[in-house]
Amino acid sequence: MEKRPLIRRLQFLWAGLDPKLSFILIALLIVGNVTFLSASSGTLVSWVEQGRNLVIALLIMWVTSRIPVKWLEKAAVWIYFIGLGLLIAVALFGIIKKGARRWLNIGVVIQPSELMKIAMPMMLAWYFYKREENTRLWDYGVAFIFLLLPTILIARQPDLGTAILVFAAGFYVILLAGFPWKFILPFVVIGVIGVILIVIFGDTICAKGVNWPILKTYQQHRVCTLLDPSSDPLGKGFHTIQSMIAIGSGGFWGKGWMNGTQTHLDFIPEKHTDFIFAVFSEEFGLVGNIVLLILFFLLIQRGLFIAASASNLFTRLLGGSVTLIFFTYAFVNMAMVGGLLPVVGVPLPFISYGGTALTTLGLGTGILMSIHRHRRLIQT
Amino acid sequence: MTNKIDPALRLEDFQKRIQIMLWFVMICLGILFVRFFILQVVFHKKYSTASESNRIAIITTPAQRGLIIDRNGIVIANNFPSYSLEVTPSEITMSPLELIEALEKIIKIPTKDRLQFLRSVQGSKKTDNLSIRNFLSEDEVARFYARRFEYPGVEVQVRYFRDYPYQELGSHLLGYTGKISIKDKEKLMAELEEGAEENSSDDFRSTRIKGIQHVGKIGIEQSYEKYLRGTVGFNAVEITAGGRVIRNLSVTPPIPGSNLTLAIDIKLQYLIEQLYQKRRGAAVVIEVATGDVMAFVSMPTFNPNAFIDGIDADLWKQLNESLEKPLFNRPLRGTYPPGSTFKPFMALAALEGKYRTPSQAISDPGFFQYGNNTFRDDAKNGHGTVNMYSSIALSCDTYYYILARDMGIDAIAKFMPQFSFGQLTGIDINGEVRGILPSKEWKRGYFKDKTKGKWIDGETISIGIGQGYNSYTILQLAQATAILANNGTVMRPHLVKVIEDPLTHEKILTVPSESGKLDLKPENIKTITDGMVGVNKIGTGQIPFAGTSYSVAGKTGTAQVYSLAGKEYNAAQISEFKRDHALYVGFSPAENPKYAMAIVVENGGFGATAAAPIVRQAFDYLMINKWPGGISEWKSVR
Repeated sequence: MEKRPLIRRLQFLWAGLDPKLSFILIALLIVGNVTFLSASSGTLVSWVEQGRNLVIALLIMWVTSRIPVKWLEKAAVWIYFIGLGLLIAVALFGIIKKGARRWLNIGVVIQPSELMKIAMPMMLAWYFYKREENTRLWDYGVAFIFLLLPTILIARQPDLGTAILVFAAGFYVILLAGFPWKFILPFVVIGVIGVILIVIFGDTICAKGVNWPILKTYQQHRVCTLLDPSSDPLGKGFHTIQSMIAIGSGGFWGKGWMNGTQTHLDFIPEKHTDFIFAVFSEEFGLVGNIVLLILFFLLIQRGLFIAASASNLFTRLLGGSVTLIFFTYAFVNMAMVGGLLPVVGVPLPFISYGGTALTTLGLGTGILMSIHRHRRLIQT
Repeated sequence: MTNKIDPALRLEDFQKRIQIMLWFVMICLGILFVRFFILQVVFHKKYSTASESNRIAIITTPAQRGLIIDRNGIVIANNFPSYSLEVTPSEITMSPLELIEALEKIIKIPTKDRLQFLRSVQGSKKTDNLSIRNFLSEDEVARFYARRFEYPGVEVQVRYFRDYPYQELGSHLLGYTGKISIKDKEKLMAELEEGAEENSSDDFRSTRIKGIQHVGKIGIEQSYEKYLRGTVGFNAVEITAGGRVIRNLSVTPPIPGSNLTLAIDIKLQYLIEQLYQKRRGAAVVIEVATGDVMAFVSMPTFNPNAFIDGIDADLWKQLNESLEKPLFNRPLRGTYPPGSTFKPFMALAALEGKYRTPSQAISDPGFFQYGNNTFRDDAKNGHGTVNMYSSIALSCDTYYYILARDMGIDAIAKFMPQFSFGQLTGIDINGEVRGILPSKEWKRGYFKDKTKGKWIDGETISIGIGQGYNSYTILQLAQATAILANNGTVMRPHLVKVIEDPLTHEKILTVPSESGKLDLKPENIKTITDGMVGVNKIGTGQIPFAGTSYSVAGKTGTAQVYSLAGKEYNAAQISEFKRDHALYVGFSPAENPKYAMAIVVENGGFGATAAAPIVRQAFDYLMINKWPGGISEWKSVR
């Protein structure tokens, strides 16, 4: 009866939420929930829990989208140094679980490395923003120090997966801030050659008794099982083999929703979280994968567009980095499930189950929306 | 160096970098697409198969092994249910070694079982049930159930095992089953591959073999394995990664193995084994008209039940190292010089080859001189005038020394094979040996060396009395006797009469039609038979065969184990294992014969005193159903 006024009164809820980004997000969340339902074999109990996480994440997104970017700018340094402090505290008094010192008890148990995923790009974006007027070459050096300090602390926990993501988040900022290509190209070339060499000489370097420098034994093991999953079919290779079987057996059209045998007979490990993509891929096939790849591409394209049209260098760098981190998550996860990368604990954005991951994602998308919302308010 | 630049230029650089990153993203997503295309389209089939074999497990159900029944319907090999402690590897919460230690607290697990279990854990599939201990007592089962919750993945199952209710009785003819070995599996695989159905895959075959836990290792159990074993049944089930069964996809019930009805009369077998007392030897009874092997005795015997779940190492060692060789199948594989039991066949050869007439006589001085060698007769002063009848009845050696010389080795070697001397009789269990029918050709082949391999004429002389290189199995002797008794009609000897499918009751008769008829003159056979009847009337067999209500044709034999080199034989002075073997061949009734028998009592001394009495008792049982006083009665279940 009083429909229009009500809608108008509620308009503040979605005003400022970027419609295109929202549309993509909704599509991804639908895919995620449909897959999640299948992974939990239609039982609604855990889905309700996932729904609660989702509501919290959307709330965080909504709130963040309302925060003026100016605030983020001001908070950046604080958050970064609090995060760094916590990481040092972890190194000194952290809780050890499963051989890794990642957690800290401050009344509640927290994992400070998660915070760094957002703190790192904020800090570096802030730094380059401050040095915008006369960026010198050594500014990149300073940025690398800001980047490497927490990265090394996290890598030493050890938590290589998070360390790589944190490093990537910061590195994207440095890259977008204009870090000269001539310094990057050699690394790209070395990297590509390195990967090719590892693949070619996989047998030799994975032979028994060969110890690699720097990497831990279990990390070496992961790379080796990636090169030849059948070398350890019941141990580390099991995950990769089973997820590849799930994807491959899905075929072009997939086995159909709720019909994935690999999923429903528990052959896929971590089927709600890190390996949920195997569930999706088995049931929806190549067609589903293409749809998902397109959705992620649209998400990243939209994010990068928002970054490109942002109002100042801080928001540009932050937006670009956050978007590329989404991409990194998605790529690393799908490549890992597809047997292209070693198994590292990286969830698939918006699809994988898990409170922490969704919270981080809510924060990220919130920041993007805030950047977009405030793009014309502050003009430099 | 300062890098101060125009903000507009900076924005342009930024946007260019964003553009590059977008390309980077597209390349990466492109790589993923290619990867998915490879997995889901190019290798779809491979992964599809992998996912099917992931989800489907085959649970095998062993088939009941066929029964073995004697000719009168007495079951001599059957199956009995027993409790087995079995482990499903996917469900155990500790390592196999820890599990053994934990179980040891309530149930004893011998080393043999431990090793076997640990071996089978490797290479087992998730849903396999691996036995860790068989034959649990009720007590052990009760103790296990009381604390079952402590051992997830461990269950008590009822399994069927082979049982030989009469223990040692007839162990050599029955043989035994044992746990399937890797070699057995390879053999089975090859066998299945040969008769493979069109759509059977390697997987299918190995699954069928997986369901087979025990196979016949020797004797009838081995030779009739493919009939006895039946067909393993299997359930295809859908399982989870943890090995939990979700639902049945298909059920193929097992087909029980065929039952075998033997030619063996187990009571006769029992009687003869008992008559041996503690002595060693071999005896074979053949039903003349059919070739039915009614008794197949090898003494000493062993208990086949010791083998069914893998034999204990100590017992195995003991059986193998015993001087008595209890595992040796004597009638099938033991070869003996036939001694005088060879004489009737020599005599028949002489008649058929026209070297002698029945009435043609020699004068026996008690020895025969050939070149520089003196061949002695049993009777020191000789038997006087000897014709063919008395040569057999009195077992005159001199007669046969001269006969052998006159015939020569070639004629003997040519005549004997038709009576299966030195030939395989073709009995239906594996492992039969040929023995040695001496001939020039054989000696050349045997010695290889040209000079050593040359036949010396003097060697022919002792061949005539069944000594020298002569060496035959008791089965061959029994078969030769049966052929003689059957007027030259050859029936292939066989232990198994009928193979019966337990479901369709379809019967396969293994009794062969006559496999040959020897070209022998009836009057010649009559002459030999008369001589052999004479053995038991006036000759060497008269004491053991005194007072029979039926007629028996026979021949005693004493075979030298130890060369005396011209010295007197004194049984008391030589160690037991060097004493002479006692032999006897015979058939009854003499006219229209029904049963033929050959026997050896190793180191028993004279054939007349050690071997012939056993034959007498056996024929008493067969002909007039008389059970000897000294032997405990047959009880059908012991």
